[in-house]
Amino acid sequence: MSDMAAPSSAPAELPRAKTDWLPLLLIPALGLLALPFVGSPSTWVTLTVAGLAMGMMIFLMASGLTLVFGLMDIINFGHGVFISLGAYATLLVLGPLAGWALSDSIGLNLALLGLCILVAMGVTALAGAVFERVIVRPVYGSHLKQILVTMGGLIVTEQLIHAIWGASPIPIPLPQSLRGAFVLGDIVMERYRVIAVVIGLVVFMGMQLILNRTRIGLLIRAGVENPEMVEALGYRIRRLFVSVFIAGSALAGLGGVMWAFYRQTLTAGMGMEVMVLVFIVIIIGGLGSVGGCFVGSILVALVANYVGFIEPKLALISNILVMALVLVWRPQGLFPVARR
Amino acid sequence: MTEPLLQLSDVHTHIGPYHILHGVDFAVPAGELTMLLGRNGAGKSTTLRTIMGLWQASSGRIHFDGSDITTWSTPDIARAGIAYVPEAMGIFTDLTVRENIVLAARSGPVDKTRLDWILGLFPALKRFWNLPAGNLSGGQKQMLAIARAIAEPRRLLLIDEPTKGLAPVMVRSMIEAFKALKASGETILLVEQNFYAASALGDNVIVMDDGRIVHSGAMSDLVADKDMQQRLLGLSLDAHQ
Repeated sequence: MSDMAAPSSAPAELPRAKTDWLPLLLIPALGLLALPFVGSPSTWVTLTVAGLAMGMMIFLMASGLTLVFGLMDIINFGHGVFISLGAYATLLVLGPLAGWALSDSIGLNLALLGLCILVAMGVTALAGAVFERVIVRPVYGSHLKQILVTMGGLIVTEQLIHAIWGASPIPIPLPQSLRGAFVLGDIVMERYRVIAVVIGLVVFMGMQLILNRTRIGLLIRAGVENPEMVEALGYRIRRLFVSVFIAGSALAGLGGVMWAFYRQTLTAGMGMEVMVLVFIVIIIGGLGSVGGCFVGSILVALVANYVGFIEPKLALISNILVMALVLVWRPQGLFPVARR
Repeated sequence: MTEPLLQLSDVHTHIGPYHILHGVDFAVPAGELTMLLGRNGAGKSTTLRTIMGLWQASSGRIHFDGSDITTWSTPDIARAGIAYVPEAMGIFTDLTVRENIVLAARSGPVDKTRLDWILGLFPALKRFWNLPAGNLSGGQKQMLAIARAIAEPRRLLLIDEPTKGLAPVMVRSMIEAFKALKASGETILLVEQNFYAASALGDNVIVMDDGRIVHSGAMSDLVADKDMQQRLLGLSLDAHQ
């Protein structure tokens, strides 16, 4: 991105930008609130780490969708298919490199995970390009048609997965050294969940860096707010739309890989199953807001974990409850994005 | 009048079932400031949007610097050197003032000398340089919208009602800024309802009514003729002062 220093004659005392910290404070506040109800600090840490890991996986699966909705105003009910496709793409790597998963070498295990992620992102990026061209492009501007057509695309692609890989669930092995847990006193943290937290944080920081420090990021943020003006400045927003759709699909593919190893079972409907959760977090976060999606994912996952432990019967409705409370507080979501 | 940089010939525009522009013909000479006046709903904003390709002309031709741009896409028209400031300003409120200007400079970093000149025209922007543009007042947003349009040299500026809703002091500073822009040789097509501002700035004037051009000529002629002002605009210059 081209850079410009502050104007030389800028006054020393500038008004300060207002940073909206309140939604961020919800996460530690929620943790502290749950602590006395959970009782044991070690159980609380275990639940919190597990919640953070789940939140990161939800974020990975949802971040692409919030960008696609924010920029393109597309309601893509077919997003779940990229999660499933990403998950199944692991088979392309696990087939020839099955030995790497059984090896005790953490290097080989992580390389395997990395390869699975790269292949899945490649496959889902390609699928995203086709999906956008064939299914989404003809229905730009009509939400009802988008819902119907993308849902249709989802069903067709799920059936294609059945045709290629069969309808039965397929078990996949978690690489050897990613199994088990780190035990610190009474605190138990599953290794794979810790890795999911690390990958989620890296992706989030990468996205923030791209959105805030590059010209393409500026264009995306500007396009979310006013695509017509971006065109009037001389940028071809259609190309940006397609690129973001492809990137969003690839991110869903990455989420699919993480979700697949977490479940250790592949089913064609696994993407569709998490779509309700995905829509909840992007609504909570504010449609089009990556930061909101990140905070929303963590909130939803933490609440599900705490409530599941404290009062299991309420766990099923905890997500909806969080969404309702957030929307009562902030009807546009935690971080509303200025809209056209 | 010098050679026209922009020429509209028998341009018709439909928006859905509505026929908005009815055979619009006019020329914008290079290096001059042309005012486009008319009552609400006369078709001024539609004319600018049609030139920018945001609404396609259903018939007629639009020529810019010798090229027929009638069917060009909006980005191609912008890349040909036409900058557009819409009535709603089109500021990206989530982006900082700096980021708004960075984005407008397609070819790379904004030239330092040019940036100093722009901030000399609109000094209020310095104060909010690294703040989200949503924090700006209406007048400051209008300044940013114009600063963004001139972040790089452009061949033609299309500006839609820059003084609308502004306090008199802000209108006066906007007029000064346009005088400076005019002095720098920019070609400008300015939509305006404020006849006082229009008369202070315009070299030429085009008056629209009901999607048609009802008058075009030198601004000095319209300023000197109160009857013509009354007939074309429904108000005289005196009423605006």
